[in-house]
Amino acid sequence: MSTTTEAMPSTSTKSEPEQAYKEMYSKSRRSALPPKTDAPDFTLRSTPDQWLSLSEFRGQPVVLAFYPADWSPVCGDQMALYNEMLKEFHDLGAELIGISVDGAWCHAAFARDRKLHFPLLADFEPKGDVARRYGVYRYKDGVSERALFVIDAAGKVYWSFVSPVGVNPGADGILSALEDLQNKQTVSATMEAK
Amino acid sequence: MINRMYLKLPDPERDHFQGTIDAPIALLEYGDYECPFCGELQPIVKEIQRRLGDDLCFAFRHFPLTNVHPHAEHAAEAAEAAAEQRSFWAMHETLFANQDALDDEALAEYAAALGLNAKRLIQEVISGAHAQRVREDFNSGVRAGVNGTPSLFINGQRYDGARGLEPLLAAVSNPASII
Repeated sequence: MSTTTEAMPSTSTKSEPEQAYKEMYSKSRRSALPPKTDAPDFTLRSTPDQWLSLSEFRGQPVVLAFYPADWSPVCGDQMALYNEMLKEFHDLGAELIGISVDGAWCHAAFARDRKLHFPLLADFEPKGDVARRYGVYRYKDGVSERALFVIDAAGKVYWSFVSPVGVNPGADGILSALEDLQNKQTVSATMEAK
Repeated sequence: MINRMYLKLPDPERDHFQGTIDAPIALLEYGDYECPFCGELQPIVKEIQRRLGDDLCFAFRHFPLTNVHPHAEHAAEAAEAAAEQRSFWAMHETLFANQDALDDEALAEYAAALGLNAKRLIQEVISGAHAQRVREDFNSGVRAGVNGTPSLFINGQRYDGARGLEPLLAAVSNPASII
């Protein structure tokens, strides 16, 4: 897991809010839900008039891609990369969901502009609530980490990864996790058959 | 398919490469003909090739971001179709030199200008004859950790530094310095 430690200005007399803020922020960097924990269910807007719940995907793996904000630069853009890989994700039986604190109308414009073919959920009200529950909210910045979760068919976290905010984590980790899941499934199916 | 051993290195069995495959420095690019950053890199790669000469093997794999760049897929397939007529690199350079005109009509024109069988080339592009090959390149890139274009690997190590001539030349000249 990739982490960076960010130096906070140290002062001898810390005000209480400052201390609380520091604690919250440093906590957010280490608290991404680890494997084997139950993935908290949520219901968020996927479009201005539609809602989507994680539990709807029970029975298949889901890739949750938290990202800080819509409208990052084009060529190195993480969502543009995943958009090209939907077939690979689907071939591995998985659905992809993007999540940021942007509102549904912003997501709609972003998805239309980038021709994204997967849902972007608006973690908008209460702001960042889902990111907080997954342990990947950046209190300092008011956005989520660039964090990836692969949720298994039973709704448990199988794999998670937090990338430095400015670094596109690519997709190799996701693919490995999904393949792992698929292999496990094949093995257990073979065991049952025996 | 690309041999796993060659995921981040030029694969002599299938890749398009310039220079000798066992040159001491291997530079592998994952690129997209419609990506402006790849276009900017093209003359820099040429200059590095000129300066390093026989010490460098340069290989190119396709990584088209087709939703962002609507012509990138056909452009990549046109380069592969040109390769069938032994003209991959000529088409490669033509495409980078004409990034703002990459529709099918333009691709056919470039093929004709290069003295290729343009009809055959564009038929292969339209029928998707090389789509699988392009996809193989793309998927190998994803496996290797490519997250956007252009992505460069120097002797199998991803290069995340600046893409100007000087820093790139320094990195290529001293691969051990790449962290």
